[in-house]
Amino acid sequence: MSSADWPLWEVFVRSRRGLSHTHAGSLHAPDAAMALRNARDLYTRRSEGVSVWVVPSAEITASSPDEKDSYFEPAADKPYRHPTFYEIPEGVRHL
Amino acid sequence: MTTMAPDAGTQDDAAYEARFNAAVAAEERIEPRDWMPDAYRASLVRQIAQHAHSEIIGMQPEANWITRAPSLRRKAILMAKVQDEAGHGLYLYSAAETLGTSRDELLDRLHAGRQKYSSIFNYPTLTWADVGAIGWLVDGAAITNQVPLCRCSYGPYARAMVRICKEESFHQRQGYELLLALSKGTEAQHAMAQDAVNRWWWPSLMMFGPPDDESAHSAQSMAWRIKRHSNDELRQRFVDICVPQAESLGLTLPDPDLTWDEERGHYAFGPIDWDEFREVLRGNGPCNEQRINQRRTAHEEGAWVREAATAYAAKQAERSRHGYRAPQDQQQGDTQEEDIA
Repeated sequence: MSSADWPLWEVFVRSRRGLSHTHAGSLHAPDAAMALRNARDLYTRRSEGVSVWVVPSAEITASSPDEKDSYFEPAADKPYRHPTFYEIPEGVRHL
Repeated sequence: MTTMAPDAGTQDDAAYEARFNAAVAAEERIEPRDWMPDAYRASLVRQIAQHAHSEIIGMQPEANWITRAPSLRRKAILMAKVQDEAGHGLYLYSAAETLGTSRDELLDRLHAGRQKYSSIFNYPTLTWADVGAIGWLVDGAAITNQVPLCRCSYGPYARAMVRICKEESFHQRQGYELLLALSKGTEAQHAMAQDAVNRWWWPSLMMFGPPDDESAHSAQSMAWRIKRHSNDELRQRFVDICVPQAESLGLTLPDPDLTWDEERGHYAFGPIDWDEFREVLRGNGPCNEQRINQRRTAHEEGAWVREAATAYAAKQAERSRHGYRAPQDQQQGDTQEEDIA
C-alpha cells in the first residue's frame, strides 16, 4: 500500500460534553490510530472538540439521492405525528 | 456523479439537468452523489484545485520568515498561520475529492505545472514587513473573495469555505497588527512597512482576477451560483475597505488616482497593469520557478514519512492479528470505547 491508497476516513467531532458528535470533514490515513491523530491536528486546532471519532468512509451505507423523494415520501402525509396537528380549545393550559 | 445514474440516456439527462437547475435556482445545495452536468463538475474541480494549491504554495513566502521572526510571540503566530494554510489546503483537497478526483492526481497536475495557483504567491517576501502586508492585504483580498463562496451551490466546497473564513480572520488581524507596530515604530521600521504595502498593493488587486469583460469562467460560474459577485465588484469592495484601514495604519496606498467618488459612493482607483498579471500567470513572475521547485522537493523529500507511516500501519495490523497490543494502544482503545459508550 502506497500513500496513494490510504483509505479515506470521515471525521466526527464532539464540540463539548452533552452534545453529539457531528461530521467535520474527511482525511486520508494509513490506519485508524493515525487517522485519529491527523483528525485532531486538522479539525481541532482551536479547541473545537473534546472528543473525535474517525470512521472508514467505505463503511458508510447511504440512501440514494436519486430516490430521495420516494424514499422519504411516506412521512410526508402524516402530519398527525406533529403536535401542531391537534386543535385544543383556548385557555387549556399545560398541554 | 453522472456515472451513478444507471442507463441514463439523453432523455433522462435532460430530466436530471432540469432538476439540477431547479435545485440551484431554489438555493438548494448540490451534494457529491447528486447528478450534475459534467461541465459543472469540471469547473468545480478546476476552481477548488487551484484554491487548494494556492493554500499550500502560500505557505512558502511566509514560512521564509519563521526562523527570523523578531520575537517568540510573532514566531508562534506565524507558525500557527502557516499551519492553518496547510489545513486549508487539506479541507479543499477533500472537497475536490468528493467530485471524483484523487488528491495524488491533483498534486501531480500541480507539480507538472498543469494546474495553477494564485499568482500572488509568485512574488518574494523581501522583508519582515511583507509578512504583515500579506496578512492584511493578501488574506484580506482572499477573505473578500471567499466569504461569498460560503454560499456556493456545491455543498462540500461551501462547508470548507465556512471553516476557512473563520480561520482567515486571525490571519488578517495579525498582519494588520504587525504592520501597525512597524508603522508606529522607528523611522526605518515605518519605511519598511510602507515599502511592503507599496509592493503588495497592486498584486493584491490582481488577485480578484481579470476585469469582468475578459474573465473566461465568470458568467457560467455566476449562473451556477458557484460565484456570487463579479471580479470587479469584489475588487471595488476590497478597495473601499482598505482605504480607511490604511489611514488608521498611518500608511499610504501607492495609487495617485485613488480618490473618493461621491457620485458612485466608492473609491476610484488607477489602472491595473494587466500585462504584469499575464506575465506572472504565464510563469514569468519573480518566484514561479522557485515555488514549484520547492513544492516538488518537499513532496519528494517527504516521501519517506509517508512510506514510514504505511509500514507502521502494516506492522500494527500484523501485530493485532497476533493478539499483541502495545500498552499505549490499549490506553487509547479504552478511552475510545468509553467515549462511544
